[in-house]
Parts: sequence; C-alpha cells; structure tokens
Amino acid sequence: MYSYTEFDTAFVAERNRQFRQQVERRISGALTEDEFKPLRLMNGLYLQLHAYMLRVAIPYGTLNGAQMDQLALLAEKWDKGYGHFTTRQNIQYNWPELRDVPDMLDALAEVGMHAIQTSGNTIRNVTADHFAGAAADEVADPRPVAELLRQWSTDHPEFQFLPRKFKIAVTGAENDRAVIKAHDIGIQVVEHGGEIGYRVLVGGGLGRTPMIGKELAPFVPQEDLLPYVEAVVSVWNLLGRRDNKYKARIKITVHEHGIDEIRERVASRFAETKAAFNGADLALFDEIAAQFAPPAFRNAPTEAFDAAYEADPVFRAWTDSNLTAHKAGGYAIAQISLKAHGETPGDATAEQMRVMADLARRFGHDELRITHEQNVVLPHVHKSDLPQIHKILKAHGLATANIGMISDIIACPGMDYCALATARSIPIAQEIATRFDELKIENEIGELKIKISGCINACGHHHVGHIGILGLDRAGVENYQITLGGDATETASLGERTGPGFPAEEVVPAIERIVGAYMDHREGPEESFLQTYRRLGMAPFKLALYGEDTGKRSRAA
Amino acid sequence: MSIIVTDAGFAPDDWSAGFETETALDLPSDTDPEALEFDADTQMIRVDFPSFADGRGFTLARLLRLRGYKGRLRAKGHVISDQYAMARRSGFDEVEISDELAARQPEAEWLFRSNWQQHDYQSRMRG
Ligand code: HEM
Ligand code: SF4
Repeated sequence: MYSYTEFDTAFVAERNRQFRQQVERRISGALTEDEFKPLRLMNGLYLQLHAYMLRVAIPYGTLNGAQMDQLALLAEKWDKGYGHFTTRQNIQYNWPELRDVPDMLDALAEVGMHAIQTSGNTIRNVTADHFAGAAADEVADPRPVAELLRQWSTDHPEFQFLPRKFKIAVTGAENDRAVIKAHDIGIQVVEHGGEIGYRVLVGGGLGRTPMIGKELAPFVPQEDLLPYVEAVVSVWNLLGRRDNKYKARIKITVHEHGIDEIRERVASRFAETKAAFNGADLALFDEIAAQFAPPAFRNAPTEAFDAAYEADPVFRAWTDSNLTAHKAGGYAIAQISLKAHGETPGDATAEQMRVMADLARRFGHDELRITHEQNVVLPHVHKSDLPQIHKILKAHGLATANIGMISDIIACPGMDYCALATARSIPIAQEIATRFDELKIENEIGELKIKISGCINACGHHHVGHIGILGLDRAGVENYQITLGGDATETASLGERTGPGFPAEEVVPAIERIVGAYMDHREGPEESFLQTYRRLGMAPFKLALYGEDTGKRSRAA
Repeated sequence: MSIIVTDAGFAPDDWSAGFETETALDLPSDTDPEALEFDADTQMIRVDFPSFADGRGFTLARLLRLRGYKGRLRAKGHVISDQYAMARRSGFDEVEISDELAARQPEAEWLFRSNWQQHDYQSRMRG
C-alpha cells in the first residue's frame, strides 16, 4: 500500500494551512461567498440541504486500519456517529460545522488522507478497481498508475478551474469493476507483446446526458501516459463549453466535435505536452509501484473453511454471495455488505468502521477497500480465517449475504440530504430491500443490480443499473421512472425506459412485477436478469408492468 | 489604476509602452490555441481573466511557454490571491489586479502564496 512520502505530508499540511486561512478570510469577509465556493469545493466541502458536507477522498478505494479508525473518529467527533461511503470511493460526513472543518482536515492528514479535489471543477479523486492487486483476472495492479495520476492531478496549476468536474477511473482487468466507460477518462491497463500500456477512453458520463465513453487511444505507453492525459484535459479546458454548465462536461465536447476531431487535437497537443516531461515521472512511477508489492501470503491449510462451509448454512450463504476468487492459493476476496436490509445503503457507524479496521489488521494484511457499489472489501484474507471473520461481522450487523443481489442497491442521498433532489432515494432502496428479504427469493433471483438516483444528476448511477430508478418531481409529487438493461461493466450499456413512471408507493410492486416476468421467462437460473433482458427486449417487462394497454396510460399514471 | 503583483508583493505598473504597440499582445481568455502566436519582437503578453472561475488563461500561459515564449507574461483581471501559485506555475510572471480587488485582498494574502515553488507536485513529475 502507498504511504505518504515526506513531500506528500508537507504538501497536505501546507494545503490545510491555506484552507484554514481561507475559512478565516471567508468569515472576515475578505473572500466573497462566490470566491470562497470553488475554494471550499476543491477541498471537499459542499453546502447541502441541512448543513455542510465534507467529502473525504479514499484514493482508488484503498485504505488501512489506522485510516479507517480515523474515519470512525471523524464520524464520532464531528458528525453524528456515522459516515456515508459513496459511488466514487469517497466517504461523506453530512453534519460538520464550517469552523471545525480545518481541524477535521488536520486529523485526516495525521493518517495520510485528505479531501482535496473531491468536489469542484477539478480533476476528482481517481478511482480504481476495488479488487486491485487481489483479483485473479488482472493484467496489472491499476493502483500505481492511479496514484501517479493522483499526484499529477493534485493542485495541477492549469486544471483547478476547468469548465466542469473531471473524473478518471482505472481498471487493471478486462472485467471492468471501475465503470471506466462512465468516466470523463477511463483507463484500462493492457499488455501488448509483453509491454504494459494503457487503453484510454474518453467522454463517458452519466448525469442528465448519459454517454458511454469512446476509445481515444488503444495503447499509450507508460512514458506517454501523463503527457497524453494532460493533452486531453488541456484541449478540453480551452474547447469545453463555459456558457452552459449542462454542456460543459467533456462528453458533450466529444459529442459536439466528434471523437476523430478530438483525437487529432489531442495528438497535436500531445506533441507539445510531451516535451515538458523528461522521464522523471517514470522514476516516480517505479517508486510508487514498489509500494504496492503484494503482501506476504501464507501457505496454510483451508480445512477450517471447508468444515464451516459444510456445517453452517448461514456462513455458506455468506461465502457464496460475498467471496470472489483471489490470485493467491488459499486466499479469498471478502466483501462486507453495507446494505443490511432496511438500512441506508453505504452508511457505516463509527463502531462498524473500527470493527472493519480491526479485522483488516488481524486477518487482512491491514488492507481495506471501498467499492463504487458502496461496500467494503477485505482484499486478502486466508480462507481458514473466514469462519472467525464471519462471526465477528455477524455480531456487528455486517454479515449481510447479498453482494450483487437485488438488495445490494446503490442509492444516492436524494431528498434526505441533497439540495438538488427531486425525490427520495434512500427510503425506496430500503423498501425494496425489505420486501425482497421478506419474500426470501433473493438467492433464487441471482445477480440483479438496482441503482437509484433522486434526480437527473444520476449520482446513483441509475442509467447503468440492470434496473434503474430515477426519482422525479411531477407537480409536487414524487414520480419514479424505471429503466431496464443498463450495465456498468466492460459490456456497458444505458438502460431504456419502461414507460410512464410510478408514484412512490407503487415502486415496490412494479419491481416485483419486473422480477416476476424475469423469473417466468428466464431459460434457467443460470440466465441472469440482464441476459434475459438482452435476449427478449422490453416487451415482456412492459406487459408485466402496464398490462395489455401498454403505452396507452397517461404520463401522470 | 491597477496594481502589479509579483513574488515581492504589490507594485505600480512599470510597463509604459501600453498594449497598442508591436511589442505587446493583449489576449482574451477565449483565444483560439491555434491562433496563439508571437514573434521575436514580442516583449509582453497579457492574458485576460474575465472571471476567476474561467481557468482558460492558465492553459494559454502554459502553451505560450511550451511554444517558446520567453518574454513577460501577465495575468490580468479577476484573479484572486488563492490563484497566485497557479498563475506562477502555469508560466505567468505577474498578476495585474484592480485597486478594488487589492483593497479586499491585501498584499499579505498574496505574499502568503509567494512560496509557489514549494510543495509542487508538477516539479516532481517533470524532474
Ligand atoms: C449530496 C450532495 C451531492 C450533490 C449536491 C451532488 C451533485 C451532483 C451533480 C450536480 C452531478 C451532475 C454533474 C454533471 O453531470 O456535470 C453529480 C453527478 C454525480 N455524483 Fe453527485 N452529488 C451529491 C452527492 C453524491 C454522492 C453521495 C455520490 C455517491 C454516492 C455522488 C456521485 C456522483 C456521481 C458518480 C456522479 C456522476 C455522474 C457523472 O457526472 O457522470 N454524488 N452530482
Ligand atoms: S442524483 Fe441528484 S438527488 Fe441524488 S445526490 Fe445526486 S444531485 Fe442529489
């Protein structure tokens, strides 16, 4: 795992000193609210419905036990005892006071963390595959390059006042667990003839105009990566629209100019940006990569695991849904679901954070990950330790066995916290999870991803949910549009609308009808919801939702 | 009147030739990068910041430097002290601000950022 160099430590301390001064100048009036806004945003501080919100970066989703303990401390000391993990590998605190924020940032700095560029028109926290360094299927660990990009983008002098926010995600495997096609730049580590390089996608994004990213370059060698990415952002900084914030993202620039023109512009800009690099970044990359060396895996028997698997059905169900293959023999990747039925998706209490930190230290080579699906991962656990890990998780309400299933829902904060919301999303997620838990058919349904947003900004990724739910406001009444067939992986696609939306109390019955149609039509339990949808299209689901008079119902229905 | 900010703090403008001459260029923030040209006689280029939220000037400055411009480079307009380090690191030599802005953001706040050469990730990337 990466630990801060002296440079990083000094940088963050200086940045915090500057922000403390900015807060004072805001309070004294030297800075107008207009001027203070981008400064607080580039330090992770939002103004929400009820209070400020501080968004702390967990770069590429990786953290250690001491860092998780510190997140727990922040939750207790300056929030209401919990934190909210987000779809971009950040944690949000919903109730800090402005005057306390500099102290919170200093507390984060003690463990090598910050909130820099988690908001604002900057290059945001760089995200990566949450199974990085552990997954059996990866070409290379994506975190060294994500860390290099973090350092390159941090306080980049040209790119602090961009047309709009800019998000980068990296995957090290063909199987995309980082949603790279829904990012402004998506990077995939690839290998050509023994050389590691990067496939670069551009122009993906969700929000009010969802787009799937397009390939900009099939293979960028290591020594060209930073100048190449710099060329992309440089081109967009001058070309991106500043007249209309809804048209400012690079996805619109790519859409308006065409990918070929953008590729040409980037190529000619690259000739200029490349000249400003002399190879120092390669040496830095090697230093960073050395810090991500795999931990010393142990060679031990796994009988304890096999015995518990046979004997304990609860443990068995949990391992069946929450474990993923590890690259090292005898090891597993274990996911801790933050989606207990009926709870807020992605929330963890300070006590739960400490339990997870402790498990990581005792059994997991002191590593934890946060997933974009708002769960936590113990990336390296030996199978023989799993029965005990499971027991401890169970005692703290953390052993929900539902990863990838219908109750493992992504939901944005929605009307409960967000000033932009047009509808609630958390309660809808809670109702769906509770209902399917009562029906006891989650396992039978299998993999099915529901994603919910409380407005068209799409923070809940609804466009790429197998079932997407978008909460809107229709003349003062919440109305939920449903989309089907979205996919956030390497086979990414945007969901299609079923038809007229549903009032809040009809969402759960609607989801039940969709699931019922899937169960009736699937060729067998091995055909997932998405596969069935792709085979049959919308018709059977429309019929199940609206009956024979499909489409004739009024929009207000 | 306007004030020129450098690492040494506030000073009056000592560029007396104005911007209507052969040796100076006055560029708006939406200058097309293709049209970003200067010649051997150019001694002063001034890039406008109509709003501090408009970050195009930083990239324009950088491109000018990458294209070999060695003369004086000035950011003018709504630049706030918190952006001083960004301006310097992007290639500007100085910032021109109004008296009104200087009154609200006094010299000490700019000097607070005169250490822009320290704590700079870019210098680590580029050796
Ligand atoms: C509660 C305060 C929040 C506010 C005010 C907010 C605001 C926004 C806005 C305005 C956009 C659209 C930007 C655009 O299209 O240019 C957006 C997008 C997004 N937000 Fe949030 N958001 C909030 C919370 C969250 C949370 C909690 C998450 C994670 C769970 C999140 C993750 C995202 C993601 C992934 C997008 C991406 C879609 C994209 O831009 O491509 N946001 N947000
Ligand atoms: S999708 Fe809308 S309601 Fe949900 S968090 Fe984002 S801005 Fe708020």
